[in-house]
Amino acid sequence: MAQLDTRQKLEILADAAKYDASCASSGSVKRDSRGGKGIGSTDQGMGICHAYAPDGRCISLLKILLTNSCIFDCHYCINRKSSNVRRARFTTDEVVQLTLAFYRRNYIEGLFLSSGIIASSNYTMEQIVEVARSLREDHDFRGYIHLKTIPDADPELVHQAGMYADRVSINVELPTVSGLKRLAPEKSATQIEGAMAATKADILDTADAKKRYKSAPRFAPAGQSTQMIVGADAATDRDIVGRAAGLYGKFGLRRVYYSAFSPIPDASAVLPLKRPPLMREHRLYQSDWLMRFYEFSPQEVADAADDTGMMPLDIDPKLAWALKHRARFPVDVNRAPREMLLRVPGLGTRAVGKILAARRWRRLSLADIGRLTVSIAKIRPFLIASDWRPVALADKLDVRTLVAPKVEQMELFG
Amino acid sequence: MRVVTLETEDDFDGWRDVVRGLVLDHVPPDQVVWQVGDEHGELFTGQVPLAPPSTGAFSVPRPFIDLARNAILHTDRERFALLHTLLVRLRDQPKLMEDQADPLVRKLEGFAKAVRRDIHKMRAFVRFREVQDDGGTRYVAWFEPEFHIVRANAAFFVNRFATMRWSILTPALTIHWDGKRLTEGLGASKADAPDGDPVEAVWKTYYASIFNPARVKVGAMLKEMPRKYWKNMPETALVPALIASAQARESEMVATAKTKIVPGGNIQAAWEALREEAMNCTRCHLYKHATQTVFGEGPVDADLMFVGEQPGDQEDLAGHPFVGPAGQMFDRAMADAGVDRARAYVTNAVKHFKYELRGKRRIHSKPDAGEITACRWWIDQELALVKPKMTVALGATAARSLFGKAMTIGRERGRVLELPDGGAAWITVHPSYLLRLPDEDAKREEYAKFVADLKAAAAAM
Ligand code: SF4
Repeated sequence: MAQLDTRQKLEILADAAKYDASCASSGSVKRDSRGGKGIGSTDQGMGICHAYAPDGRCISLLKILLTNSCIFDCHYCINRKSSNVRRARFTTDEVVQLTLAFYRRNYIEGLFLSSGIIASSNYTMEQIVEVARSLREDHDFRGYIHLKTIPDADPELVHQAGMYADRVSINVELPTVSGLKRLAPEKSATQIEGAMAATKADILDTADAKKRYKSAPRFAPAGQSTQMIVGADAATDRDIVGRAAGLYGKFGLRRVYYSAFSPIPDASAVLPLKRPPLMREHRLYQSDWLMRFYEFSPQEVADAADDTGMMPLDIDPKLAWALKHRARFPVDVNRAPREMLLRVPGLGTRAVGKILAARRWRRLSLADIGRLTVSIAKIRPFLIASDWRPVALADKLDVRTLVAPKVEQMELFG
Repeated sequence: MRVVTLETEDDFDGWRDVVRGLVLDHVPPDQVVWQVGDEHGELFTGQVPLAPPSTGAFSVPRPFIDLARNAILHTDRERFALLHTLLVRLRDQPKLMEDQADPLVRKLEGFAKAVRRDIHKMRAFVRFREVQDDGGTRYVAWFEPEFHIVRANAAFFVNRFATMRWSILTPALTIHWDGKRLTEGLGASKADAPDGDPVEAVWKTYYASIFNPARVKVGAMLKEMPRKYWKNMPETALVPALIASAQARESEMVATAKTKIVPGGNIQAAWEALREEAMNCTRCHLYKHATQTVFGEGPVDADLMFVGEQPGDQEDLAGHPFVGPAGQMFDRAMADAGVDRARAYVTNAVKHFKYELRGKRRIHSKPDAGEITACRWWIDQELALVKPKMTVALGATAARSLFGKAMTIGRERGRVLELPDGGAAWITVHPSYLLRLPDEDAKREEYAKFVADLKAAAAAM
């Protein structure tokens, strides 16, 4: 077989990475390349998306696999042993050079490296770590690095990964244990959670050391994240939200990514061949936001689901929650506590902050609120302002039709 | 009228020095004309020139400075005057910055927000090309910002690419970094920028490969990557073709997947795993009261699939479908229809027994729409695995599950129908209906019709 050149390998190994949802380069420490020998910088806030793909997803990192060969046979995975896809493998130096070449041209914020498992978990993990080591030590690269760790690799290797990377992640893969058993028979939920626990301990240890010695190295300063596939097992949205809440709580994860299961070429018979439930994925992300930024408890989010445990697809979960708890509305923008303002459908965290600041000086009218939000029409039924009281409106049974967006065509060829 | 001339469009320090004097001298904002460089030429020569400003200082809140620094980079001609107005009002209302609902504050915040976005987009969408010059390797980019942000944004690029030599060319201004110093030059044109960089082709390969054709969302892409930036980003040239071919690529993904499934592959194993997973289902509340999940049974490569309503009392205890009285009736009818019962896959729309307790007896009760929808997940999976040539719905509940909506048996019975996902289907009554008929004549008649349905459905494959 002819040797594949880098570009051909990239075609195969980026293609294989496209099912991974995480892309962000956010939440690390502040670094720049002044006074160094290499290139790169990160800030503490949001990462930069350098382009957007036609699937609407941000391209921030060079997201590739080291190899798409794998000794495992997970059914949902295009790289599984029994799949007929074309295989390729980068050398560690190829990945390093590609990352640097893209970075210098300002195409990316850094690297997100994952891999199929070749030879053994430890061998694969060593190769992943070597890429990061070379970038950091040989090339003084100060951009972002996210490494996918292999759950049953030697903890010492995982530890090294965290010393070079801004973020590490291990995928929980499926929201239910029975789903994992069916679709990833060689993986175990216990092992995956064990690895997450170890990473959490590493992060806490080094954060602690950092407090005492300024020079102590940082372990994965952007924390750890995970991903689960939605729509390939029987989990309901309520199950998924519950699972995510458990992971946030137990392992202090920064992010849980949801990846709508998508048809893959050469799929295993275990999987249905359906269009991915993109809107469902979107609703799950919105639910996740409610927990992370809007102070909703997991129970409250689950409460937005219908009898079968699924989030409504036609309205967002916050609106669904509000419609189920009409008695708590309308909310007086001039008096309500922050917690209650955050529960108003259509009112974002920033708008809430501005309302709280402004009302210390004067009473706010509906027009004032209108200037702080995108669309007042949607919010109006839920608010009381100095010149506005919607009693009749909020009690109307058809409030849902009033505030729900027109049924959109699913997000295709928008 | 006073005329103030600022040196450049982004001359924040110049504006601040002048405006401080104007405020101290109580000059109203509408008495000042702001201009940049010599843009208006002689237009205002008849006006009173600016008197030497009063000196002195007063303090303004920090948020105002942050706002002004960004808002001044906007292209709106009014920005200098609007900021002046806000500053005057701030002297009387020192807390005005906290009133984010104030129209003037909002307007200027809007300017600042647009500017911050442009700054962010420049950081994202600048594309360097590698060239060789006398000093060695240099990276040069052509960028067209919307606002006057280039100078303000330079530090970002210096910090990121401190060890590289680079230039960013824009229509109004060029900036250059030689590894130690930042210098400025006059505006450039696109022709001054190099084109072609072999790595660009590699980048495009990456861009095309990382896109998943099964998830096209053009609106989401355009929201974050507006078309005005596209012309200087090499990868965007690929977008139309990627979108146009997405549907074909997705169908291809599904089609290759379908052809690759060979009998004797992992279907049996998949079915067993699916059955095991169904044993732990909690998608609706029915699992709480029933003994166990009663999953479908039969050869996984069956051509005929029968879907009943739900397990009954005996099925619930035995863990197998179609073993109670209705099941026996079904077996008899199959035999009379001459259809091989052993070659068929039989399952239920709802996999748990739903009942009401009357004394010690468990009386079957009909699953509702929510339960049918919840359980549909399993039947969909069974259909995807077995891929029968004909699926027979036994009764209204089964029909509702398969078609996703209420179906009238009387109207739909007696012909081949198409399932929402493709595939042929037939609707008939549930065998328990025959058991319940009180009148022997009617029973015989209905039984014959049922047998005829089974025969016809099998023949229609
Ligand atoms: S009836 Fe169906 S959906 Fe409900 S718990 Fe049982 S198997 Fe799950």
